[in-house]
Amino acid sequence: MSLTFVTLLLLALGLGVFTVARRRGEAFVGTAALAGAGNRSIGAVHSRPNYHGAFVALAALAPALLIVAAWAVVSDGVVSNAVIASVPAAEQPKTPLDRSSFMSEVKGIASGDQEAGFNPATGPAAKVYTSTHDSYNLIAGGIAAAALALGALWALSRLRPDFRARNRVEKAVMWLLIGASLVAILTTAGIVLSLIFESLRFFEKVSVVEFLTSTHWSPQTALRADQVGSSGAFGAIPLFWGTIFIGAIIAMIVAIPLGLMAAVYLTQYADSRVRKVAKPLLEILAGVPTVVYGFFAALTVAPAVRDFAVSLGMVNASAESALAAGSVMGIMIIPFVSSMADDALNAVPGAMRDGSFAMGATKSETVRKVLLPAALPGIVGGVLLAVSRAIGETMIVVMAAGLAARLTVNPFESVTTVTAQIVALLTGDQEFDSAKTLSAFALGLVLFIITLLLNIYALTVVKKYREAYE
Amino acid sequence: MASAALQDRASAALAARAPTDWSAPAMQSRIAGRYRSEFVFKYLGLGALVLAGAFLVFLLFTIVRDGASGFLATDVKVTVTYDPATLGIDAAAAKGPNAKAAILAGNFQALLGTADAQLANGMPVVSEGAWLALREAVLADPSLLGKTAKVWVPARSDFDLLAKGKFDLAQPEGVRGVSDATIVTYRSLDSRGLVRTGFNRIFLTSADSTTPELAGVWGAAKGSLLTLAVTLVLSFPIGVFAAIYLEEFAPKNRWTDLVEVSINNLAAVPSIIFGLLGLALFLNFFNMPRSAPIVGGLTLALMTFPVIVIAGRVAIKSVPPSIRDAALGVGASPIQVVFQHVLPLALPGILTGTIIGMARALGETAPLLLIGMRAFVTDPPAGLSNPATALPVQVFLWSDDVARGFVEKTSAAIIVLLIFLMLMNSVAIYLRNRFERRW
Repeated sequence: MSLTFVTLLLLALGLGVFTVARRRGEAFVGTAALAGAGNRSIGAVHSRPNYHGAFVALAALAPALLIVAAWAVVSDGVVSNAVIASVPAAEQPKTPLDRSSFMSEVKGIASGDQEAGFNPATGPAAKVYTSTHDSYNLIAGGIAAAALALGALWALSRLRPDFRARNRVEKAVMWLLIGASLVAILTTAGIVLSLIFESLRFFEKVSVVEFLTSTHWSPQTALRADQVGSSGAFGAIPLFWGTIFIGAIIAMIVAIPLGLMAAVYLTQYADSRVRKVAKPLLEILAGVPTVVYGFFAALTVAPAVRDFAVSLGMVNASAESALAAGSVMGIMIIPFVSSMADDALNAVPGAMRDGSFAMGATKSETVRKVLLPAALPGIVGGVLLAVSRAIGETMIVVMAAGLAARLTVNPFESVTTVTAQIVALLTGDQEFDSAKTLSAFALGLVLFIITLLLNIYALTVVKKYREAYE
Repeated sequence: MASAALQDRASAALAARAPTDWSAPAMQSRIAGRYRSEFVFKYLGLGALVLAGAFLVFLLFTIVRDGASGFLATDVKVTVTYDPATLGIDAAAAKGPNAKAAILAGNFQALLGTADAQLANGMPVVSEGAWLALREAVLADPSLLGKTAKVWVPARSDFDLLAKGKFDLAQPEGVRGVSDATIVTYRSLDSRGLVRTGFNRIFLTSADSTTPELAGVWGAAKGSLLTLAVTLVLSFPIGVFAAIYLEEFAPKNRWTDLVEVSINNLAAVPSIIFGLLGLALFLNFFNMPRSAPIVGGLTLALMTFPVIVIAGRVAIKSVPPSIRDAALGVGASPIQVVFQHVLPLALPGILTGTIIGMARALGETAPLLLIGMRAFVTDPPAGLSNPATALPVQVFLWSDDVARGFVEKTSAAIIVLLIFLMLMNSVAIYLRNRFERRW
């Protein structure tokens, strides 16, 4: 008996309780009228029958579903413990890793996906698993059903014509709404706490100062104690440089002029028909998944960049280059910059533009000498938001920038970024306690803090600027 | 005092100056210069726009050029003798009650190997995994045993690519990536009418494989669908409820400010951070299964719901207050006003925002990589907790594969992904145009 089935059963019971209570509510309308309450016949019943039903269903289902949810969280551990306890002591798995592989074999056999386990003890254990799993679920389901019955009886006993069922239900709905909006805070807190917690574990092994100031990054930790040259060095400066080089320099050199000029053309020159077609087309550039850009950068742009580097006389130009990743990222950012610049230009009061035209300035002179200086704070804010997006971008750099941590200003060389390293560190085989794996969380923390600061700063700049013209 | 004197002097100088002679050559050339720079500036702007559009067109062009052939596959016709001896199947057992087990245990690889060897003097032509198709055929019709039949089976990737003209045959043998012997074999097979290129059903119906000719996107697409289903079920109600609360009921205090700030920031947090959260929270803390669509869906839901909240708030705000006042006036409670009057009117806007958020989630790769949804799965995932992969992750995995045949598969998978995205966005645009009201 699976938990899904238990839940569905409980929901069906809840529906039954709802209809019963609804009937009661309908009956109230009749009795109140029959009781000869005269002209108070409708007013005597406070809530509509549906609210009576919903009140009882809520009172019945809420505790029952809470019990099932709590059981779902702990059940795996409880059942595993029972199963492992059933295995003879000599064959019991000891370490947590053994335990989890043992349990996954047991589950595989129990579900029939697997013929036999690697460990012979898993065969009998699978039978124990099936029986305990079923009986425990049955017990949990029984308790939940009892809670449902109690809740339903209590709620039904409270139903009377003047019972304020609607207010109760609405209060519950209100708590639901508040709960939903708290998810945002919980998610933020989850991000901050998990990043900080794992980073602290990393900084127990590697000092913060080394991480933030050293220029040597080679996270491979030794597999054997006597291995040479793989002690693991965690100086993140080359990664920070690579991130800035690709995301904040090369990508912006591509995106700012193109995005800005496109916005100027669209807002000042293009007639409305062109704008109607061109704007959605630009938006498509922003809607293409980043993995597609990554593939394009790696397969089409990177070889072209390398050939160009070779033609410039660089002998061993690498296939992966900062230029390939950065320029494609710049293309991806164009619509973002252009829509921010669009907003900023539109926020400049028309009087300034008209004044400039009245003095005899041409359109381009107006744009360059009046509109752009006036819109500059908004544009700068938009560019900062674009930078924050570019440095958090992952797939393009993973696929086209490479993993060589290098401090270089040569755009034809391969550099690596924070995001590319996080992916490299956390995919493939990983032991969870190694400094190598944990360093990804420290990098994530730095990335989170920097993008957060950039966003907050950029948004205040944009907001202040908007207020200045309102 | 001094400034007044200065002003007098300045106006005196102005009065003394001759009026500007607009027709003088100096002035004419100055005006011409200004118009020239106006012209240049305007076309720089147009150029930027055209360049951005050209990038888009070029991007789509290269992908369609490389990927269109991924939807085609080359088959070869082999003559197979379903010899029970080669198969190692006892003819009696294949009719008995355990027929299925007996056939499943049959050595179809050897059977196809023999047939393959006769085809081109021992050069392997048929895909390594094609024996599965033969087994399916016998399972469906056990009377085939002992008979000889001609069947079309997938060809090896080299032949497939040759048939589609993916090799530059003018290049020397070492460079072009295909041997002369293969070309000769292909031509002889082709002249005997044993090769055909047709629609690639395998690509759209099967899951990943180590050999490009047998790899398909359905496994990844199903993984994406399961993941998105979880994302939608979680993020839509939470997002809508949060939007309703913030827009209609929230008092102005420090708590609601905090909620608003977190939602705005979450919408701008890099997606990879959500991957780290999913890894630390769902996998390591709650011990949920790795590579499972349910974890992927949870992670993407956390990423998507701020988008829905923001879109939802805009849609709710655009419902005019007169509707609320009218409903309140006839005795509805505030909650009834919202759920029976405001929400139905705001729903098209909310749905548009939701679809756009879901489209973003569909294209997202990085967070799924971190929670292990890069599993190599040869069967489409059966449920929410089975190992799975997603379409964009499949693109990433194939793009990393060295086998040449995967280049077109990658592009073809991208085409499938883009078609899904296009469908979602057109639904969003349709909803917006059809139902959006301006009051």
